Amino acid sequence: MPGNPDTTGLPVVSIRGLEKSFGALAVLRGIDLDVARGDVVSIIGSSGSGKTTLLRCINALETYDNGSIQLDGVEVQFRNDEAGRRQRRNEWELARLRAETGMVFQLFYLFPHLTALQNVMLGLRKVRKMEVAEAKSVATDWLSRVGLADKAGSLPSQLSGGQQQRVGIARAAAMGPKVLLLDEITSALDPELVGEVLAVVRKLADDGMTMLMVTHEMAFAREASSRIIFIDAGRVAVEGAPGEVFREQANDRLRSFLARVSHL
Amino acid sequence: MLYHLNFGLIWKNIGKLEWGLLLSLELAVVAIAIGVVIGLGLALIYEQSSRPVRALVSLYVEFIRNVPLLLLVYLVFYGIPTVVDIRYDGVTSFLATLSLYAGAYLVEIFRAGLAAVPRGLTDAGRAIGLTPLQGFIHVRLPTMFRVILPSLSNTFVSLFKDTSVASVLAVPELTYGAQWINFNTFRIVEVYAVVTPMYLIAGYGILGALRLLERRFAVS
Amino acid sequence: MFWSVIESLPFVWRGLLVTLGAAALTVSMSLVAGLLLGTIVTYAPWPARIPVRLFSDLIRGIPILVLIFFVYYGLPVTGLNLNNFAAGVLAITLFSTAQVVEITRGSLQSLHHGQMEAAKAIGLNFPQRLTYVIFPQAVRRFLPPWINSVTDAVKGTALLSLVGIVDLMLAIQQVIGRTYAPMPLYVLGALIYFVINYSLSSLSRRLEARYAYIKE
Repeated sequence: MPGNPDTTGLPVVSIRGLEKSFGALAVLRGIDLDVARGDVVSIIGSSGSGKTTLLRCINALETYDNGSIQLDGVEVQFRNDEAGRRQRRNEWELARLRAETGMVFQLFYLFPHLTALQNVMLGLRKVRKMEVAEAKSVATDWLSRVGLADKAGSLPSQLSGGQQQRVGIARAAAMGPKVLLLDEITSALDPELVGEVLAVVRKLADDGMTMLMVTHEMAFAREASSRIIFIDAGRVAVEGAPGEVFREQANDRLRSFLARVSHL
Repeated sequence: MLYHLNFGLIWKNIGKLEWGLLLSLELAVVAIAIGVVIGLGLALIYEQSSRPVRALVSLYVEFIRNVPLLLLVYLVFYGIPTVVDIRYDGVTSFLATLSLYAGAYLVEIFRAGLAAVPRGLTDAGRAIGLTPLQGFIHVRLPTMFRVILPSLSNTFVSLFKDTSVASVLAVPELTYGAQWINFNTFRIVEVYAVVTPMYLIAGYGILGALRLLERRFAVS
Repeated sequence: MFWSVIESLPFVWRGLLVTLGAAALTVSMSLVAGLLLGTIVTYAPWPARIPVRLFSDLIRGIPILVLIFFVYYGLPVTGLNLNNFAAGVLAITLFSTAQVVEITRGSLQSLHHGQMEAAKAIGLNFPQRLTYVIFPQAVRRFLPPWINSVTDAVKGTALLSLVGIVDLMLAIQQVIGRTYAPMPLYVLGALIYFVINYSLSSLSRRLEARYAYIKE
């Protein structure tokens, strides 16, 4: 597996003072967050609270204004040049670092011209530089782990939404990322297809995959996560084990948020 | 490079270019007007007809669209009078050609436009008791025109540029004016330095104005 | 008259070869330049985009005939002496390049931005994203209008006759000058252009069907 698993106990993802604005709109106002190896962290909060932006910053799909995001101790988006000035990394460095984080999208974004197997193989071949045979065996293995071994040759247009999302998970997880980022991966699915996708996430969690997910599935977050983060107005408002967070409802905003989503 | 710009001779002959531009615009306006009649007529005929008639319409469209305009211009001006007893000057002949040319492109545009009018809309017209003709005039036609206005604007500007081909029949439009000054004064760079902006400003100006018009219609 | 037309056929054939040669040169050069500039105009930062945008709008705003005359008569003044074939092909290539720029931009922009993001997320760098994810999908949108632009280029070459290149158009004109049989020769010429361009548009329809499996 690529990415060297160290056992120093340092957090895999370490975020400090993260700030991000879109024009005049401050979306993230100083986020601090550590994700330990094997952690499954669910981020909850009302829409527009900056959850998705946070994930996108970790994967360098979005740049941020201030603060830092470190992945295994390496600053993700910026480096200091010779004069000590903060510089955004170039495209090539970003591409290399992105390969260390997996991202699963709300709308799947499978490559429509490639089969399920080819979708999973592309990164293995071109980024991990695997031989065809090796990439194929890794990709096939991942497709069977998400229960789609028989769909390897299907194009995305021939798959159901739930199947497409499972391919999306396999595509991200096959890269052996240090952390898997899941961005509302069930919210575009018909209700009857949600279960099969969550089952796959559950299995990954049991296998020790480090995950950071934005979700609206409160029951699932409660049951599958090791930690819950409630983000409100661009800050971490409440943080803790699922039991505590849901039982104590420590903060008014959390209480009203939970009251609202439980009615949905 | 020992070429000294001298616009004096251009300004002295600027009338050739001004009248040329005006004639180019006139040719384009007449061609699109006749082209709209041909295009809309054939699009309706195509829609209502049996296969042999459709094949004839398609033949006309495909023939015109796949042959260079220059050849069509020659064919109509030099060719047709040798087989049919007919006489016409360059302007008439070119206008006939450009209108037929515009018609072929407009048939396709109108066909797509007519197909884009939702069935439910014509049904709604029928439901309030409009006759088929009334339904066509008050419901289908205006809806279709709103859909195709951008394509119509583009076609007009592209016909305006195509009028340059009339210069081969010595029709005194803008390109002919440029060539005339070019051959009589040899101020090549200067004449194109004036003519190019004339085409650009007229073309993009008209397109901009038509876009404003489209927006007005889109709102109402 | 019939025989004189038959006798002229080898001459017309040579003209056709000139037309096809000019079209082939134009199409291949404008494809390379247009893809490059079209990619720049879609993805590059604005300082690189603006000159391409200006080039494309300028070229598309003037008649192709004016462009041909300008390049043919104007270039010698700048000290650059191209023969009429090179000047004519250059002019049509500029015209065709501007078209390919717009077609490229249109087909790239038609893709959902999520495709670019998903390709980024698995760590592909920019050229890899274009090669393996973006271009293979864009090609389906690109081909039909591009083949249209190829037929425009073929038709555009007829204007080369006006700067004295003996292409199919001028060959026909010259034969008419000798035989005084305009109608049969114009019809012959029209049929030849028609066959070339109609085959191209049929090819376009077939290619479109071939890529229909890519559904977004």
